[in-house]
Amino acid sequence: MQTIKNQFPIFDARPGLVYLDSAATALTPISVIDAVSSYYGTLSANVGRGLYATAEETTAQFEAVREKTARFLGAKRDEIVFTRNTTEAINLLAYVLEDQIEPGDNIVVTALEHHSNFLPWKRLAEKRGAELRIVPFETDGSIKGEIAQEYIDSKTKVFAFSAISNVFGTPNPVAELVRMAKEMNPDIMTVVDAAQAAGHSHIDVRTLNCDFLAFSGHKCFGPTGVGVLYGKEAILSTLPPYQVGGGMVQDARAEETAYKDSPHRFEAGTPDIASVFGLGAALDFVEEVGIDAIHDYESGRATQAVSKLEKTFGDSIHILGLNDRRESGIVSFTLDGIHPHDIAQVLGEHDICIRAGEHCAAPLHRVLSLPATARASFSVYNTKTDIDTLVEGLKNVVKLFKS
Amino acid sequence: MPSLYQAIILDHSKHPRNCGELAHANHHGEAKNPTCGDSLSMDVITENGLIADIRFTGQGCAISQASASLLTESVKDKPIETVLTLTPDDILALLGVELSPNRLKCALLSLETLKLALTKNDKNLS
Repeated sequence: MQTIKNQFPIFDARPGLVYLDSAATALTPISVIDAVSSYYGTLSANVGRGLYATAEETTAQFEAVREKTARFLGAKRDEIVFTRNTTEAINLLAYVLEDQIEPGDNIVVTALEHHSNFLPWKRLAEKRGAELRIVPFETDGSIKGEIAQEYIDSKTKVFAFSAISNVFGTPNPVAELVRMAKEMNPDIMTVVDAAQAAGHSHIDVRTLNCDFLAFSGHKCFGPTGVGVLYGKEAILSTLPPYQVGGGMVQDARAEETAYKDSPHRFEAGTPDIASVFGLGAALDFVEEVGIDAIHDYESGRATQAVSKLEKTFGDSIHILGLNDRRESGIVSFTLDGIHPHDIAQVLGEHDICIRAGEHCAAPLHRVLSLPATARASFSVYNTKTDIDTLVEGLKNVVKLFKS
Repeated sequence: MPSLYQAIILDHSKHPRNCGELAHANHHGEAKNPTCGDSLSMDVITENGLIADIRFTGQGCAISQASASLLTESVKDKPIETVLTLTPDDILALLGVELSPNRLKCALLSLETLKLALTKNDKNLS
């Protein structure tokens, strides 16, 4: 993958950079940067109504990315809503589902969730007098279908869960969870937070049979500022708008307003056009490298890292999740007697970028009784040398605080 | 960039001074920093307007624990009035480093806990 690393210009600007925080945001390949820049350099028009060449071209390319995103997920074009990020996608969904939640209903989430797939549902439940139920996770960091079923009944309106935990890095059996949830309640709406999965593992919404799925562009090699909400056409087309304003109405008068059909109904205002163009280039990048190749490479690096960390630090390191064979690029850990923030800070002073804290998953850390964890996450540009540098860096951390 | 972990911070985080509780404290305060999950608890004995004794317990990152150790050391036998006027800059001067906004919260937790103890939690009054 050395040729792939060459496609990321940040390594020209910062040759010593050891970037191990791709679960927070992935680095950006040159093709994506070029796509963003070429929008401003060659088109720079708004989408929608313009009747001149650059406006028509901008609209055509924008809609072509929608088409490409649909193919990427195995969906139809009109099932793809562009948002700012995963957080906005889930907030949008929680907002438009509001009328369907009655007092006495319940919403089911899991204890693994990132705050962005937890707080919108918690707020919705509170607002509508519904109950929020939280499915516990297994020690390997996954959700079991049989356990989830115990929390789902005829009053469950929504079951929201992540495809891959951003702390454990363990994939959930998404298709099985959806199937088992619908066994308990055929009318349930299943929502998948695919922020850690999109661009890193294969996703096909038809096979998963989920009703909704959300991801962010910037975590799958795209620019910040664009996210995606997929929704089954039959459901999406019945939901009310989120924000109202320009770009989403057929006709607006004082007495009545006619909104556009989905997905445009959910995209009020000028979107982040440049980032949508960038997302298109990011999906091309993923396709060129190959989704299975990306998955195997990232999981492989994580597996190597875990084995080297355990060999080096023995009983003093505690690694969360599946240890012998990782299924994503994420490796979260703690070192005895050293606070994760001190680990990250010392490594950061040597240009080794890892994450420390709760990773926006406070409920998960409460369950584990950990104030924080350190997280290294690997992607296509990480070399074996990066793992060695991380291990050497951690040896220095231990020397600093433990001698 | 010089390391945040200068000798003084490492020394105080590994060997914190004034660590423990005071059975006869007349002031007590507790505070938390959600960023790092740091927590501090301080017991203070005041006499004649002075800090006669002070101890702390806590857990968290090296910065928060070193800062508590340094602060408790520096305020002993000082007038309460003076201690209440301490500013974030005074804490940074004790630590001898510059901090990013995120880590500043770790460093200032000790001052927050101490001021809380001195102003709100007079055990004799409650």
